[in-house]
Amino acid sequence: MRSVDVAVIGAGPAGLSAAISARRQGADVLVIEQNPKPGGQLIKQIHKFFGSKEHGAGIRGIRLGESLYQEALCTGVRVWLDASVFGIFDASVLLVARGLLENKSASKYKVHAKSIVLATGASENSVSFAGWTLPGVMGAGAAQTMINVERVLPGKKTLILGSGNVGLIVGYQMLQAGADVVAVCDAQRKIGGYAVHAAKLSRAGVPFRLGFTVSRALGHAGVSAAEITKVDERWKPIPDSTEQFDVDTICIAAGLKPYAKLALMAGCRMVYSGILGGWVPAHDRCMMSSVPGVFVAGDLAGVEEASCAMEEGTLAGLGSARFAGLGEPGEIAELSHRAEKRLRELRMGRFGDHRQHAKNLIVEALSRG
Amino acid sequence: MADSANSVETLGYHTLQELGCASGFPSAVRLEQGACAVIECIQEIPCNPCETACPNNAIKIGNPITNLPVLDADRCTGCGVCIAQCPGLAIFVVDMGYSARAATVAFPHEFLPLPNAGDRVAVVDRTGAVIGDAEVLGVHNPPANDSTAVVRVLLDKRLAQHARGLARGESTLG
Repeated sequence: MRSVDVAVIGAGPAGLSAAISARRQGADVLVIEQNPKPGGQLIKQIHKFFGSKEHGAGIRGIRLGESLYQEALCTGVRVWLDASVFGIFDASVLLVARGLLENKSASKYKVHAKSIVLATGASENSVSFAGWTLPGVMGAGAAQTMINVERVLPGKKTLILGSGNVGLIVGYQMLQAGADVVAVCDAQRKIGGYAVHAAKLSRAGVPFRLGFTVSRALGHAGVSAAEITKVDERWKPIPDSTEQFDVDTICIAAGLKPYAKLALMAGCRMVYSGILGGWVPAHDRCMMSSVPGVFVAGDLAGVEEASCAMEEGTLAGLGSARFAGLGEPGEIAELSHRAEKRLRELRMGRFGDHRQHAKNLIVEALSRG
Repeated sequence: MADSANSVETLGYHTLQELGCASGFPSAVRLEQGACAVIECIQEIPCNPCETACPNNAIKIGNPITNLPVLDADRCTGCGVCIAQCPGLAIFVVDMGYSARAATVAFPHEFLPLPNAGDRVAVVDRTGAVIGDAEVLGVHNPPANDSTAVVRVLLDKRLAQHARGLARGESTLG
């Protein structure tokens, strides 16, 4: 059995930030990432990020992921790529399979950690409609992986379902990759994502169909058309309101939910937060879950965006180092205080207030026990 | 700051009317005096690279980071450094003082192939509709822009408040 001070599961923005901040407190840190590339969702975020300079604003996500990874390596964090955690026991023992993707057969390891940071991210929600199993219907995140990581265009004509930031960004990136986007539809009456993202699509001639959802995907071997239908305030289809678009792909951007399998296995108590994506592990302000020594950060702790994930990772990394008996308590408290302040600022305004409120409820849920 | 009434949220594009009242929009008088940034960012989102991008401290966001950008049009020299630094591609530089009839507009452009100086191009408004043609004066794409090219076009002055991009070419897939 290998022993480390802090084991971090997931090498996305939250996990890498946690690893860096724990390492800076003197912890021996191991990051375990199931993908062969580090960076989590950042590896396909080719757009420039929002936020402040200290969160890497103005830098393309792909470069941010790479620089976090390099910073982690430079500070002395060890990273296992192509390594999956398939067991977690007593909040301290991890079972890890390495090399599954590269070698087709895994080497198995047992890792003991004084504290654990779970930064396992989120998975895409789906929407079911007639024909939704046809090839060509896919998650927007999947389409984004295809174009930006694998450099494969999933189709030439696309309809996007969902006008949140993921739908808007992937729509724009499909255009950049050379596809046509025939429309962005959303059952909501208002665009969910940032106006500036919507404005980029509008300038490129992409129409919005708000109050519409996909009612049918048509085709035999694959999608050949998408039928959309207007819905009323209660999302009931309005008769004779259908429109049809010839497309070969339908990208579904209907939100994300925390990927909580390991948190459940670790015994973390879950709370429901619709705003943050569904069931999330209850956690305190320092990101420790209901299981002492198990911390959570990033989308697992409530779906937000990369800047928040990095700050939560910083908090979790500091907390995990302290739990492992490392670092100087005064310094950890001061650094945590600053990260909390930056998080509060990121959660202001009309795109943030409701997330701050939802986060407060999660912290309260844990303190109620 | 109730911006819930912004029509961009139901249309997908900003109207000149809602932009005209915003803190990042210079006056018509100022635009006649020469090149000036036009910031089309009217939602309180957590973002501030424009503030540090400006070498003349003409853009203010301050704390909290969700404040809207406020343009000090008197300090703005129209240098255009902010255009490629805005992650939302929401900043343009308009010069209504170019000549009696012509104006220039500079906008961010992230589609390949890039146009070349001297090209005649079709320009689109905020809705994507083609509103006329223009001459490309220059394409600025230094490493610091990280692939967000800034395209500056010369066009009929009457189009300058509306032209916000190049018409998207035929699909590269044919």
